[in-house]
Amino acid sequence: MKVGIAVFPGSNCDTDALHAVRLAGADGELLWHEEADLHGVDVVILPGGFAYGDYLRAGVIARFSPIMRAVAAHAARGGLVLGICNGFQVLAEAGLLPGALLRNASLRFVHRWVTIRVERDDSPFTAGIPAGTLLRMPVAHGEGCYFAEEVTLDALERDGRVLFRYLDNPNGSLRDIAGVRSTTGNVAGLMPHPERAAEPLLGTDDGLRLLRSLVGSAGASLAAAWVR
Amino acid sequence: MAAVSGEPLHRRLGLTDAELGEIRGRLGRDPNDLELAIFSVMWSEHCSYKSSKPLLATLPTRGRDLVAGPGENAGVVSIGDGLAVAFKLESHNHPSAVEPYQGAATGVGGILRDIFTMGARPIAVLDALRFGDPRGPRVRHLVDGVVRGVGGYGNCVGVPTVGGELVFHPSYAANPLVNVMAIGLLEERHLTRAVAPGPGNLVVLYGSTTGRDGIGGASVLASAEFADDDPSKRPSVQVGDPFAEKLLVEATLELIERGLVEGLQDLGAGGIGCATSEMPDRAGTGIVVDLDAVPRREEGMAPFEVMISESQERMCAVVRPDRLAEVLEVCRRWGLPAAVIGRVTARRDLAVVEGGLDPDGRPRPGARELARIPVAAIASEAIVYRREARSPARVRSAPAPGAPVEPSDRLPERGTDPGAVLMALLGSPNLCSRAWVSGQYDSTVMTNTVEACERGAAVLRVKGTAKGLVAATDANATVSALDPHLGAILSVAEAIRNVAVTGARPLGVTDCLNFGNPEKPEAFWRFAEAVRGVGDACRAFGLPVTGGNVSFYNESPEGPIAPTPQIGVVGLLEDVGRRVGPAFAADDDLVVLVGEAVPGLAGSVYAELAGVAPEDGPPAIDLEREAALHAFLQEAAAARLPSAAQDVSGGGLAVALAEMAIWGERGARLDLRVGTAPAVELFGEGPSRAVVTCHPDAWERLAALADRFRLPLEPLGATGGDRLVIELHGEGSTGAAEDRGAGIADPVDVSIEALRHAWSSALPRLFGEVDETGRDGAGTVVA
Repeated sequence: MKVGIAVFPGSNCDTDALHAVRLAGADGELLWHEEADLHGVDVVILPGGFAYGDYLRAGVIARFSPIMRAVAAHAARGGLVLGICNGFQVLAEAGLLPGALLRNASLRFVHRWVTIRVERDDSPFTAGIPAGTLLRMPVAHGEGCYFAEEVTLDALERDGRVLFRYLDNPNGSLRDIAGVRSTTGNVAGLMPHPERAAEPLLGTDDGLRLLRSLVGSAGASLAAAWVR
Repeated sequence: MAAVSGEPLHRRLGLTDAELGEIRGRLGRDPNDLELAIFSVMWSEHCSYKSSKPLLATLPTRGRDLVAGPGENAGVVSIGDGLAVAFKLESHNHPSAVEPYQGAATGVGGILRDIFTMGARPIAVLDALRFGDPRGPRVRHLVDGVVRGVGGYGNCVGVPTVGGELVFHPSYAANPLVNVMAIGLLEERHLTRAVAPGPGNLVVLYGSTTGRDGIGGASVLASAEFADDDPSKRPSVQVGDPFAEKLLVEATLELIERGLVEGLQDLGAGGIGCATSEMPDRAGTGIVVDLDAVPRREEGMAPFEVMISESQERMCAVVRPDRLAEVLEVCRRWGLPAAVIGRVTARRDLAVVEGGLDPDGRPRPGARELARIPVAAIASEAIVYRREARSPARVRSAPAPGAPVEPSDRLPERGTDPGAVLMALLGSPNLCSRAWVSGQYDSTVMTNTVEACERGAAVLRVKGTAKGLVAATDANATVSALDPHLGAILSVAEAIRNVAVTGARPLGVTDCLNFGNPEKPEAFWRFAEAVRGVGDACRAFGLPVTGGNVSFYNESPEGPIAPTPQIGVVGLLEDVGRRVGPAFAADDDLVVLVGEAVPGLAGSVYAELAGVAPEDGPPAIDLEREAALHAFLQEAAAARLPSAAQDVSGGGLAVALAEMAIWGERGARLDLRVGTAPAVELFGEGPSRAVVTCHPDAWERLAALADRFRLPLEPLGATGGDRLVIELHGEGSTGAAEDRGAGIADPVDVSIEALRHAWSSALPRLFGEVDETGRDGAGTVVA
């Protein structure tokens, strides 16, 4: 079981994700943005950071990088892809996930420990974590306000594609949405950082439960079964 | 660059007539305009430390863990197992006063470069910020810009901002202080020095291209006083690009880990001119620079602009010719422009040519030599002054903001509610929660942050080991204004105490000394006294000053800032699992005060808020007692005796207890003997004190340990409940008649929820970011 972590210039949570993925029991490998080859990994994580500086808009340049072509192909084959923070922004920009991440309602960067509620346990990202479970982890972003048209939001709710909701919404996200998944179910993104909540020493290992779930789902070769 | 106005060029560059004469003497001829420009930057206060050097030389710089000390880009101390920590505190005050966002952002960028230039990966930033009265619109603009700048840069580079200080005092109104400390971790074998060894080696400039930004920043901004908000100084502020910095970090650490560089220096003040003189000066070599080879972002730059530009995010590496291809490939992969801009020579001078160099580093036919300066003359042997120091006739404390209240140290007596005073202190700008600021900083990236601090110390784990690093910054400007020697000692003592209270062993001290105009004898006396204080304290605690920075000319038409000796300390926990936190950890723990009562209210936040100008002097410090306290705290933690510990500082004992209760989300029931006056016991401030809690079973061992260190220990009561209750008991006090039991004044009796509300709502309210329902802009309840 191997997890690949994309490294864009400006990614800054790539080694954090690598560290946490190993704690979750998987092999991890960093994947360079200029390569369109995923080195045979089973899961791709797009980590947090400021890919290409994010000066124009978060994630807007990264979507055009060679590795994103490979990630899109991986997703189309039913492979698992998780975007965390900036990675979520990149997936939204790339159209692999619905909606957009706008500037925080406070118009300030926000770092805060938040509590999120797991909304669905029928996903490879949350398998084994009962719906309703509360998880604590940090958010750290300037553009994390989840936005989509009302019809899209309604569709997300109806199809059970809202994976996580904030209990204490830090950024003005519509309907307190902290994370969503794709229609096919194998691509997901969230703004909070599970990889930063992977050890009791740092506060909690709540986030590790998510990563273990992801690793477990992929390892059990169940990935295909999740794809609808 | 020719003198167009009546003023001769050297004066417009900030050089005195005498200095021009000195330059002529050093060169044995008249300098040309380019040489003069280089001298003006390198002989500026900022680059040369010409006023402070003789005094800084008196500071202790030896220590058992020291790997690299002053003179390098940052101090480095060993933490064992082949690992070391690089750390340094630096100011960016003047740029931040002119353009707060970019000033603060480039301040973070500059200090980060100092760290990774040593071969260390930056792992944490602490920012110590000081502003004027926060109710003023100008100050609020500065606070907003500086906080956004620190966050905007650090968050993007991906280095957590884990602590620091935020202090308001009217003397900083026109001249805010932005002091930033950075900490890096390295394998000792990767330690890299800022040297240019080996004639024939190549000088490679990589990172951002060179433009006109920051021309003369060091001489114009950092080495002169401020007139009111002078727009003519704005072009001197550099512009930061944290994305480029992130690439620079990764490329630099890769170059170092692969052993591709012989020496490395970041380009800060003085730009190329500074790096290409300091690096060869340390190595006994010289450098010839080919101006045409410098990658530029602007057309038509004059030679002096290229040489002294302070464009950010640039590095200068000395590379063996056979390693050049690999170096260029690393830079290409990280998307960084890189170019060979010169060669190391055996002649000990900096030569600047245009028209190119041949492969041996000799000017090509037709090339012109534009400048030639002995490197020592602009680096190690730059001009030095022995400034006159004169004690002010009368030391007067700066006025307290507002200051409406009649002086009284008897406030919490019967009839007034000491709980209300405590709430007022907790809600005061200098003591309230910093979450409004720290919440704009990413403090958990890199996944090492065990404790990001509100006050006190930050704790980081060291991945792959059991170790932890603890860091704190402190400066006692209030006492420094009354007595700069004592103020500096108290600053050092408090920073170390904040580290020791976690159980960590302090490793070294970095200082950032913020003072007024050194050409004024009284200002220089304050500086000299502070340096003496830092030295005295560090010697007493057996710690080296590993490096730091001096910021002079912190003056405005309203006068100088309060002398501010900002101190940073890094300590080591062999087992991060044994760290002691500041929050009440369990119910029914004993709460114990370690150390003696203070004599009065001088220098306290209480006095400042109440408008008291106490007749008594600021509290003295017994350095042996303070050192004993540090040792006691470390041994107690190693023996796992304390369940929590917190130093007693701003706001005194009552505020320390309230914070422990707020953070622990549990109260305490305590009795306090009043020896002098209730206000003094509750809110007086003095050194060498800490509150420690322990399980009742640990009490005897804790008491025995304190006895061994000859430290007084006073049990105050026990934790528990949801209120903080402090009964005051008389003992020949100055209080009113005792007509209610043993009480001499009403007790403190406040719910933890009320304390928390007072403490956490103050800053958002002050900055107008909380509405009447206590919600911030995101609709989240913060108050």
